[in-house]
Parts: sequence; C-alpha cells; structure tokens
Amino acid sequence: MNEPTRRITVTVNGTEHEREVPVRLSLVDFLRETLRLTGTHVGCEHGICGACSVLLDGDPVRSCLMFAVQADGHAVTTVEGLCAAEGRMSVLQDSFCEAHGLQCGYCTPGMLVASHALLDKNPSPTAQQVREAISGNLCRCTGYQQIVDAVLLAASRRSGAAN
Amino acid sequence: MKSAVFEYALAGSLDEAVELLAQHGPEAKVLAGGQSLVPMMAMRLARPSWLVNVNEIAALKGCAPGTGEASGCWVTGAGLRQVDAERHAGLAAGVPLIAQGLRWVGHVQTKNRGTVGGSLVHADPSAELPLVARVLDAGLVLRRRAGSRVVAAAQFFDAPFVTAVEPDECLAEIRWPVWTGGRIGSAFEEVSIRHGDYAIVAACAQVALDEQGRCLRAVLGVGGASGTPIAVEPVASALAGTRLDESDIEAAAAAVGGHLDPTGDVHASVEYRLHLARVLCARVLRAARDRALRA
Ligand code: FES
Ligand code: FES
Repeated sequence: MNEPTRRITVTVNGTEHEREVPVRLSLVDFLRETLRLTGTHVGCEHGICGACSVLLDGDPVRSCLMFAVQADGHAVTTVEGLCAAEGRMSVLQDSFCEAHGLQCGYCTPGMLVASHALLDKNPSPTAQQVREAISGNLCRCTGYQQIVDAVLLAASRRSGAAN
Repeated sequence: MKSAVFEYALAGSLDEAVELLAQHGPEAKVLAGGQSLVPMMAMRLARPSWLVNVNEIAALKGCAPGTGEASGCWVTGAGLRQVDAERHAGLAAGVPLIAQGLRWVGHVQTKNRGTVGGSLVHADPSAELPLVARVLDAGLVLRRRAGSRVVAAAQFFDAPFVTAVEPDECLAEIRWPVWTGGRIGSAFEEVSIRHGDYAIVAACAQVALDEQGRCLRAVLGVGGASGTPIAVEPVASALAGTRLDESDIEAAAAAVGGHLDPTGDVHASVEYRLHLARVLCARVLRAARDRALRA
C-alpha cells in the first residue's frame, strides 16, 4: 500500500507552515522531525507520560495522540513558543530553574506547557490545583515537589509584577 | 509505537461520515478524540485501514435540553469534548452524574480531546461515562446512511469493548434522562491506582426523595466488576419506600455482589473488587441521599 499523504497548514508558535505529510504521521513527529522543533519531547508515544504536551488552540493536549492531519487549520503552541520576548526565558521557565523544577529535563517541556496553561486560566492556583494540572505528566527525577514549588513561585512572581 | 498505514478521510458532516462508513464499513474506524483509539493504533492492537475523522463536525458537539422525541432528556452530541461536558452548567444542573463521573476521568490533556461519545463506544468495562449512561439508561442515537435508531444503554454494552454499534453506524448523540419530582441527589466514587487511571471499581447512584425523606426512586451501578457496566436494578428498586437509613444502605450494598462477575488481576483480586463494590455502593448511596436532603 502506498503511503497516503495530505497537504496541511498548521500555525505553530504564530508561524504558518504548509507541508505534505503522511496521514499516519503523529503531531509530535511532525513538530520534531518535519519542523525540527525538538523542544517538545516524545516519551511513551501512547498517551501515558505527557512529555509531548502542546497547546492546541490554547488548550493542553498530548501531541502523540493526534495525527498531524488533525491539526490542519489549527494553531499549536510548543514549549519554544512559551518563552518571553527576544528568546529570553519566561517567568515560569525561570522559576523552574530557580526552584530546581527539573533534573534530566525529559518531562520539562510537558510540565511547562501544562503549568503555563494552568496559570493562563488560574493565575493564583493552590498547590492542589497545580498538582491536578500536572497530574497527566510523569517525572522520573524530581519527585514533583520542586515542580509544584516552581509553578507556585511563578504564580507569585507574576502577580507581584502585575501589582 | 507508530500506527500502521491507513487511508484517511475528513468528514465535513455527519452525512458524509456515515456515507464513508457505508463504503468502508468493517475496515473503517471513526476517529473522534482519539485518546483510546490512537494508543491502540500505536501499539498495533488496532489496524483500521480507514480512519474517518469526525472532529470538525460542529453538529456533533451540541449540548442542550432535548425537544420532541428527546424531551425530558439532556442531549449531548457524541463529539462533545469531555472538558466541555464537565464544565457545562446546564448539563450539571440537569444530569449532575455526568460531571461527577467526569471528575474521575483522565487528565486535563486527555479530557481536552476525549469525547463523551468516544468513551461510550470504546466501552471499557471500568470507564466512568459508560457506567453513568448505563445507570441512567441513556438513549444512544446511532446514525447510518439509511436512517437512525435509538439504543437504550441497557442494550448497548455487550461485552468488554463490544457494543451494539454496527460497522456502518456512527454514534450521533446521547439522550440523558433528566429526573423530575422529589428532591434529587447523585454521587460517583471510585478507587484507582492513581487519580485519572481507569477504576479498579467504580460506583454511582442517583436517588429521589419525597418531602419526608422517603425514597421515591433509586438507581445504583458498578463499573470494573463485570464485563460491562452493571446497573443493579433489583437492589436499587428495593430501596424505594425506605428512608435510606444506614441499615437500608448496608443491606443494599451487601446485595450488590450477587449481581457482579469480577475477574482478578495484578491490581485487585476478585474478593477485593467485591469488597470495593460493597463499600463504594454504600458510600454513593449515602452521598446521594445527603445531597438530595440538601436539595
Ligand atoms: S509521548 Fe505523548 S504522552 Fe508520552
Ligand atoms: S526532570 Fe527528569 S523526568 Fe522530570
């Protein structure tokens, strides 16, 4: 059987990309291998680990559980799209460094995407709400506590900046 | 962990989707939220040669009180995202068990994609929405090219991952009965390894009480303890007329096990599943009663 393909247009981090892709290409492979945006990590490839989380039209989803053709006409934000102006780290990313919210970095892009989406909707979450927001993301290193600390630190810094 | 080769069609409407299913029938799978189908394809447990993507069909995403044939129900489109069902204030007021069940489903990333209908059609015996549909005896509207039929949830779930849906049919909408009369309360509880995992055992109940606190009507069901979600109708109907006192609830919970047929696995033995069913049934009945008394 010939590999069926489709031409798709996806807006990734604000830039429109038009490509011909095999219909079975997953969105995460499209991002990493076709567009060379390797910030999004791929772990389990079957929806368990959350490392591949991206924002689809603003909401966090697992990009290994979508085919790239399903993103046709939609907007995707990857971890590369979360940074502040001029490639500087966002308050959230900076807080992950400060609070030791990462060790090996395998889970980090997914954690950043999930907690970014949380803070967008809920700028001052409780620790419990942070835990819930990252409950679909596995981390093998930190034991999660520092990640929760990092997100809470980012929330307090962001609200401080607003005052 | 990559899907095998398949042909793909984007359905612009439900008519187009059922037309494609009529052509490709048993070879084809409907791609809705993809949160169960896509992992199965990645592991090659499923190898459909056609995927019909129904995600862009706006008509499948409705959520509104039913009219005509569906009056007395809330109607959700099969393609309604789980997150949208969980947050819908009108649905939560009409059929609170849906949001109560969805609280236990997956994680934010999977609920943002996963659909109400997809969970029902997947028919995992320990999944939450099939249990809610079975306990409330929701009506599932199946569309095919030649027309549509309504299957009651009692007839919908045949076996683990097997439903009444024929290869040329697509689940279009679900009619969730809205209870009226009396003070109504409901509750959903489960035990799983981690929050968001499939339940080891789940239970839910809904009760209606009269002004004196006597039970007018009760439904009760258990997931994860048989090949399909089970509504324990004889146990629940025996509660009518009682005050749902501790002794009534304990007696009902003790009778539930006789209607279940659990299997043991690495996570839980048969005995433990039966124990959980009893404990959880008592818990949901108490919680449903207390909510009804406050209603
Ligand atoms: S790579 Fe997508 S959830 Fe693990
Ligand atoms: S930092 Fe290593 S998995 Fe989270």
